[in-house]
Amino acid sequence: MRWEWLPKYLPNLMFGLGITLQILVISVVVGFLLAIPVGLSQVNGSRFSKTIAGGFCSYIRGTPLLTQIWLLYYGIGSLFPLIPGMRENYMWLIRLDAYWYVLLAFTLSFAGYEAEIMRGAFLSVPKGELEAARAFGMNSGKVLRRVWLPSAVLKVLPTLAGEVIGQLKSTPLIFTVPVMDMMSVTSKIRQDTYLTYEPLLFLAAIYLILTFFITRLFAYFESYIPVRR
Amino acid sequence: MVAVFQPGGNMIPEVLTFGRTGFADELLRGALMTVYIAAAAFMLGLFLGQFGAMAKLYGGPISRLVAGFYTTVIRGIPELVLILFLFFAGTRGISAVGQAVGYGPIQVNGTLAAILVLGFVQGAYSTEVFRGAILAVPIGQIEAARAFGMSRFQTFYRIIFPAMLPNAIPGLANLWLSVIKDTSLIVVTGAGGELFQATKTAAGFTKRYFLFYLVSGIIYLVLTLTSNFLLVRLERYVRRSQSKLA
Amino acid sequence: MKRFKTLLIAAAAFAAFSSVAMADIVFGTDAAPYPPFTSQNAAGEWEGWEYEAMLGVCAEMNEKCTMVPIAWDGIIPALLEKKFDGIFGSMAMNDKRKLQINFSEMYYDSTTVVIGPKGGEKNFTPETFNGKTIGIQAGTSNANYVEKYYVPTGAIVKAYKGQDEVNADLLAGRIDFIVADAVALKPFLDSSEGACCDVLGAVPMDVAILGNGVGVGLRKEDTALLEKINAAIKAFANKGGFEALSKKYKLEGLMLTAAKG
Repeated sequence: MRWEWLPKYLPNLMFGLGITLQILVISVVVGFLLAIPVGLSQVNGSRFSKTIAGGFCSYIRGTPLLTQIWLLYYGIGSLFPLIPGMRENYMWLIRLDAYWYVLLAFTLSFAGYEAEIMRGAFLSVPKGELEAARAFGMNSGKVLRRVWLPSAVLKVLPTLAGEVIGQLKSTPLIFTVPVMDMMSVTSKIRQDTYLTYEPLLFLAAIYLILTFFITRLFAYFESYIPVRR
Repeated sequence: MVAVFQPGGNMIPEVLTFGRTGFADELLRGALMTVYIAAAAFMLGLFLGQFGAMAKLYGGPISRLVAGFYTTVIRGIPELVLILFLFFAGTRGISAVGQAVGYGPIQVNGTLAAILVLGFVQGAYSTEVFRGAILAVPIGQIEAARAFGMSRFQTFYRIIFPAMLPNAIPGLANLWLSVIKDTSLIVVTGAGGELFQATKTAAGFTKRYFLFYLVSGIIYLVLTLTSNFLLVRLERYVRRSQSKLA
Repeated sequence: MKRFKTLLIAAAAFAAFSSVAMADIVFGTDAAPYPPFTSQNAAGEWEGWEYEAMLGVCAEMNEKCTMVPIAWDGIIPALLEKKFDGIFGSMAMNDKRKLQINFSEMYYDSTTVVIGPKGGEKNFTPETFNGKTIGIQAGTSNANYVEKYYVPTGAIVKAYKGQDEVNADLLAGRIDFIVADAVALKPFLDSSEGACCDVLGAVPMDVAILGNGVGVGLRKEDTALLEKINAAIKAFANKGGFEALSKKYKLEGLMLTAAKG
């Protein structure tokens, strides 16, 4: 075991950890917010929106995240030269860093998985509760805001920890496109030092620690949610 | 969308045909390889999972510790990192064993390495699925088997195993779907020759990244949706003896 | 139930033994396409100058050789872990790699060049790249060169897993320049897509980083194989084998191959 590379690369690793965590946190928060309308339109939408939302969820859950990232980053990139006037008018879009593509891919992925859970949660809210709300004279918007949505979200929360850990464990995929996440830094260390195991061990340890902290964090939150057992 | 396809109004671009100039046969071969690797890894996972669950539930302190370590560590580390790690460490182990028994250094090819690595990872997840399913078997059934004088082993294979299978199917179905998708991760080792690798080669060769990643997404979707369809049927079949209310 | 279990064991055993490949010599090469040297064509077969050179060298040794793909960023660890016997993959023999592995005699040498938009600055200096984005393939000697000479003067580096992804992003307009091997970029520049771009010129030489040509990478302890391969390279060169391949792939004048005699 050789570890003398660690002090030299520690700043890079911390930078990479920052990128990884940024993508994790933003994609989970935005993805969760997106999952609510996607889940709802699968339960309560028109036939058109049901098809779109259902197709979106099937695609996200039925294909590897890796192909989704590559479709977004290299797929869209390969279309740029074919669009006339693109280079003249939308250079900023062409120059958009791979970071944003990855962020979009991870957000959509989380939204897809979470929307499926949301769908089940919406369906599992007892009909009686909704009927009672309507009987009180609430219109459908109010029923959703005051009864249906809070009740569904409460049901989803216990599964959130597992979903977030799943998302965390997908983050090394970032390194397949040019973004300097923690995995990319590890890969760079391996190329510079020709060490096979040590950098990967270090990375694995960081992921284990992150998994542990996320589990504890959600356990802490859950203790604050009033649940009737 | 027009730009995606070959100019000239041809709906199926030449790069997507079969034969020497098209990549359709390579994608198909990749898809078959994906199914092969996924199936073999899944079976290996089931095999390891049985022992893992038995060790966790009925094992002594040491086997419990080993099984606990196995499932905690494997399930806490990203698959991609594990694949890279085991791809190097695992084949070193196999080569060492080969040398020790006088077989000479064994060349482990990419496909086999992929199966072993994914199977090892799957094993940790199936351990948990089996454990949960076994715990859901009513204790009375197990006690009844004991009362009939069955040994622990007989109880496991005659009573617990068949009774827990319906409980395990949904979890195992999820594992099957995830192992299909996880085969794509083998690309980081450069070996394997599965669908993602084939897509990458085709897209790089033709520079039609959008087209090929779209098509390969559809192929994965066909694989997972077909599996889903069959698994729902399988679950209904194994649950036929369970009461509808349960 | 017994049948189920037997099935599992049989499947595991089948998986374990069906695919143990035994070849005489196995060479690892970059899994990402690297035309015109090594790539897999639409029929799924290996092709390219370097693949045929490997076949030629192996014929001189009277050995049956196979080529296996491996991710470039792990190719030296994979060699050291005995995943294959040697690296036949356009690996430049630079100082850092020589500390880890042995190299055969040089079998080809070419230049590292800067590729950019047509009509770009031909008399570039490190300052030319200030604020510009350079794409490189991670883990190559060219990548190390860019890090040493162009990053200190303000260039932004984007590292990719394969050369064809670097090319794709140059086409997309996401990067301004590529620093890569002149021969490896030729098929790209010759293609209709590559019309956008041109070779701006060779980078000033630094042998310590860019190495003195390309050789077969071998483990330090495999000295017998090293001698065997050296003799075979010499024999193949004396036959004019490398030159014939360069002619076949229209690379004459672009690269230097192992000398006769």
